[in-house]
Amino acid sequence: MTATLERRRARPVGVRTHTHAGRTGYLIGALCIAIATVMLLPLVASLLASVKPTAEAAASPPTYLPHDLSLDSYQRLWNYQQGLPTYLANSLGTALLAIAFTLLLTVPAAYALARFRIPGKEVIFVVLLLALIVPYQALLTPMFLLFARVGLTNTLVGLAILHTAIQLPFSLYVLRNSLSAVPRELEEAAIVDGASSLQVLVRVLVPSTVPAIVTVALFAFIMSWNEFLGALVMMSRGSSFTLPLILAAARTETSLGGTDWGMLQAGITISVIPCVLVYLLLQRYYVSGLMTGAVK
Amino acid sequence: MAYLAPAVLFVLAFTVYPLGQMIWMSFHDWSLITPPRYVGLGNYQRAFADRQYWVSFVFTLKYTAIITPVLIIGGYLLALLASQPSRLRRLTRTTVFIPVVIGLGVSSLLWYWLFSTDFGLVNRVLLDLGVISKPVLWLGVDADRSNLAIIASVTWKVIGFGMILFVGAIQAIPTEITEASLVDGASYWQRVTRVVLPLTLRTVLLVTLVSIIGSLLAFDQFYIMTAGQPQNETATSVFYVYLNSFPYLRLGYGAALSMILALTILAFTVVQLLLTRRSHA
Repeated sequence: MTATLERRRARPVGVRTHTHAGRTGYLIGALCIAIATVMLLPLVASLLASVKPTAEAAASPPTYLPHDLSLDSYQRLWNYQQGLPTYLANSLGTALLAIAFTLLLTVPAAYALARFRIPGKEVIFVVLLLALIVPYQALLTPMFLLFARVGLTNTLVGLAILHTAIQLPFSLYVLRNSLSAVPRELEEAAIVDGASSLQVLVRVLVPSTVPAIVTVALFAFIMSWNEFLGALVMMSRGSSFTLPLILAAARTETSLGGTDWGMLQAGITISVIPCVLVYLLLQRYYVSGLMTGAVK
Repeated sequence: MAYLAPAVLFVLAFTVYPLGQMIWMSFHDWSLITPPRYVGLGNYQRAFADRQYWVSFVFTLKYTAIITPVLIIGGYLLALLASQPSRLRRLTRTTVFIPVVIGLGVSSLLWYWLFSTDFGLVNRVLLDLGVISKPVLWLGVDADRSNLAIIASVTWKVIGFGMILFVGAIQAIPTEITEASLVDGASYWQRVTRVVLPLTLRTVLLVTLVSIIGSLLAFDQFYIMTAGQPQNETATSVFYVYLNSFPYLRLGYGAALSMILALTILAFTVVQLLLTRRSHA
């Protein structure tokens, strides 16, 4: 009796207890496979198109599977305009700076909000979360004018600052929640040993909030690596383009044969790989971050 | 407080100050080459009479009105399918979620190719299946057809977002409740509509609001896939702000349009925050 109850307890909502192993089971299995295939097909098609030889990649109508394998498209992308290394470095540099800025600003601020008595703390917290209420798309013109005045347009630091401003409220929220949940006994022991508040933060609190820090860094990376409109506004010089910008520019390139579809697919494949890898490796952090971020 | 100061200064410089400047700009006529001139509510009145403003606004609403139910209902059905613990269903969950982590700009480029008239696989597949007899011009020729193609591509890109949050909500339902409904002999769909859905309704509402806000701010997919064509009929609200502020350099007018947009979004955000607040109580 107990065993049956336990078994039922373990079953989540929606399981069809009676027909589970029957025809319905196979149907659901087939449906799952069909959905997974549909979701993966566009990415697989892009990957396959990126390894078609030049002539085949430009064929109309397009072929389903490459008849020959070739890295020509990647080679053309490597040498396109300023060269792929420049754009990769811009995208990666911006993302790493955005992660650094975000953590350097929000870890101490979250610490202060979670642990110290500060007059007007609630008001400060609300002001810090202001960007949640005002969409950054609406603030781009004044941001651009400000950046132009101080020479931050067309710089990785400038774009990273914009990305940090976008990401700051979410990061602060996640870190403050996580720091508040750390038991105070841990710090008290360190304080008795004569640690300063900075030492408490670095030696006690940071190690015990690693999951939250990973989540914040992960979201900052994905946002910055993928962000398009802000980069479009801030970066007007070709040499400071990020990967999405140069690919969008390559889309409309009408050289002799029109758009270079093979090269475009090579670029898409290269842009997608880091995101998918990071997601598959850190899936747990991603999903937990999403839950806090969206549903709070 | 030394720990708090950097973040506060940063937000003052890069969020509060631009916000203040945007409000100031929205009351001025300013085209960068001429000095700003105070025009009161002139920019706002101008928007009211601007045909393209309304075209953009109505088009954005249409896009939002079509894609939101697709994302919510589709995401919920996927969540019902994928919330159960089996390896195949977990795999489904992971694959549905993969497009969420790639960039909207990059996914729009990918679909720009797939929907391309002569070089895209969508037309190739439809031709081979005999659904169409000659290649369809998906993007940039007819506003409604472009809209549908873009909605299909964005659905692929973001449907996993709602799904994953719905999965979380469904799995959080206490098992006692499910048990009780099993004992009562309720059918699968009875359980879904009478037990699961009511208990996850708050998440459904929140995801709906997040989706609406995201759709009202749509830009990348239209900039890349149609460039606003034909004749700016597919230029969304954010697209029109961008056009005014940057290529046209109508800074004051662009700021007023930004303000209208920000206030529209604010209305939805307030509802969202009220919903979250209530859950804490």
